Amino acid sequence: MNKVKHNPLNLAFAHVALITYTIIALFPVIVILINSFKTRKAIFRDPLSLPNSDSFTMVGYETVFKQGDFLQYFQNSMIVTVVSLFFILLFGAMAAFALAEYRFKGNTLMGLYLAIGIMIPIRLGTVAILQIMVAGGLVNTLTALILVYTAQGLPLAIFILAEFMRQVSDDLKDAGRIDGLSEYRIFFVLVLPLVRPAMATVAVFNMIPIWNDLWFPLILAPGEATKTLTLGSQVFIGQFVTDWNAVLSALSMAILPVMILYIIFSKQLIRGITSGAVK
Amino acid sequence: MGSLSLRNVHKSFGSVEVLTDINLEVEEGEFVIFVGPSGCGKSTLLRIIAGLEDASSGDVLIGDSRVNTLPPSDRGIAMVFQTYALYPHLTVRKNMSLGLKQAKKSPEYIEERVGIAADMLELTPYLDRRPAELSGGQRQRVAIGRAIVRNPKLFLFDEPLSNLDAALRVNTRLEIANLHRELQSTIVYVTHDQVEAMTLADKIVVLQAGRVEQVGSPMDLYNDPDNLFVAGFIGSPAMNFLDAKLFDLPAEVKTIGLRPESISLADTGKITGKVSHLEHLGADTNVYVKVREHLITVRIPGQTDYEIGSTVQLDFKPDDLFRFDKDDKRVR
Repeated sequence: MNKVKHNPLNLAFAHVALITYTIIALFPVIVILINSFKTRKAIFRDPLSLPNSDSFTMVGYETVFKQGDFLQYFQNSMIVTVVSLFFILLFGAMAAFALAEYRFKGNTLMGLYLAIGIMIPIRLGTVAILQIMVAGGLVNTLTALILVYTAQGLPLAIFILAEFMRQVSDDLKDAGRIDGLSEYRIFFVLVLPLVRPAMATVAVFNMIPIWNDLWFPLILAPGEATKTLTLGSQVFIGQFVTDWNAVLSALSMAILPVMILYIIFSKQLIRGITSGAVK
Repeated sequence: MGSLSLRNVHKSFGSVEVLTDINLEVEEGEFVIFVGPSGCGKSTLLRIIAGLEDASSGDVLIGDSRVNTLPPSDRGIAMVFQTYALYPHLTVRKNMSLGLKQAKKSPEYIEERVGIAADMLELTPYLDRRPAELSGGQRQRVAIGRAIVRNPKLFLFDEPLSNLDAALRVNTRLEIANLHRELQSTIVYVTHDQVEAMTLADKIVVLQAGRVEQVGSPMDLYNDPDNLFVAGFIGSPAMNFLDAKLFDLPAEVKTIGLRPESISLADTGKITGKVSHLEHLGADTNVYVKVREHLITVRIPGQTDYEIGSTVQLDFKPDDLFRFDKDDKRVR
């Protein structure tokens, strides 16, 4: 690469800006983390101080593990998020491939139709969705949540992936056809590996709202066996008393899995977001 | 029976007709080049032969069988693409063997075929590398190797040299010519570069706006073009065209053509002009002479010098004149 001499002053400014942003972004997370290890009194007396020998307590975590089936909630959240992501990526990529690759009547119209979902929030249809789920006997199942989240994620996934798939060289796909690969193998073996950064981007963008969602679990699957982590944490928030130790502890633990998934995807993610700008 | 026949092939995208009534016979072992300016339909025609695109009407025959509805992999063809189109996540060896594997050939046979192709193209040391670790020329050789491995009835090349730099282009051109001699295979090759067409082809098909303008050997096209387009397209520098009114010629002749190499600069000549620019190429000198509104290229062997703006006389043999009528057809 070419060696551009960076002006140290510019470099310093860039770092100051980035560090400031990092602090602002991390502040709430850190406050949650440190307070989850403090006694209730200490949380309100001095919310920003670190836990010391006086205020340190694990009571929040103990409550969380004693009350409610937290591992179960964890598992529910994990299943819903991972399965939804899998379907969003699979069906999204397939639809995107069809839109990007094949000439058929109504191609553009179909693309627009699929993109409309980006603009209309799925929550507007909550009542109808609930009716459908009741009719289908899917209330209080994880399947209900997976179906809704897949529907919610598909429009944006198709929109982003189709754009990336149009950039995959036609010659490559044609070479596959001449070598006798079926359209499915061309899709899975040639095209998917090339749009991996875009897939990671879509995965992360979809993962966080699904993991954090309170709305649909509350409406569609509030049963004890199907509670997600976010919904499960709500038991500690009462109308009159809130067990802040437990809430903060539950939230702290809820961060972990998303962070792990994020770290897995992040390298691809950065490439996905920047590839359009740099290429 | 030829090894490839096109019968009345038409192709249109919506209401736009891109290929009109293409008829062509290619003999066994022949090297045929489609040449024409961009957008003339030559790549579309190649894709129709490959089966990547359907003809709107007409028949494509490979060997003796009609292949209109066969998928590309069953047509007995192999194709080399301009952008190489190597599978980026596979090694050279796997790139070359994928087609055979897909056709369910035995591992021993695949090994043997890959070995032969790699030897021929000097790719043996690179078999376990990935395309990203190869230079442009090597990648194109892998792409050619992938085609050879399939042992096809028909090779299709889609502008294979366009992405290579000039020096490499000459080398690869020689390699393709050698390959054709060694394999004795039938090749259909698409290019927009008339030099490639002249140097490689047994038979050139000149296309313009979806029509075949002329088919013939390189020298046929050079010496005896059917019309103004072919005359102007074949030969470098391009033929000069002048208004026939400058000369005393029959009324039907509207334009005359003169190749830069058949004009000489003399003390007494048929036309007078002013030197406007010189290009020194070492072996030749291109002199651009302004004659009224025309800029005429004259190619003089060896190294000569003229002052810009000086007056010169252009001379040529009457036999070297090409005459064209008002429809740009040749008047013989």
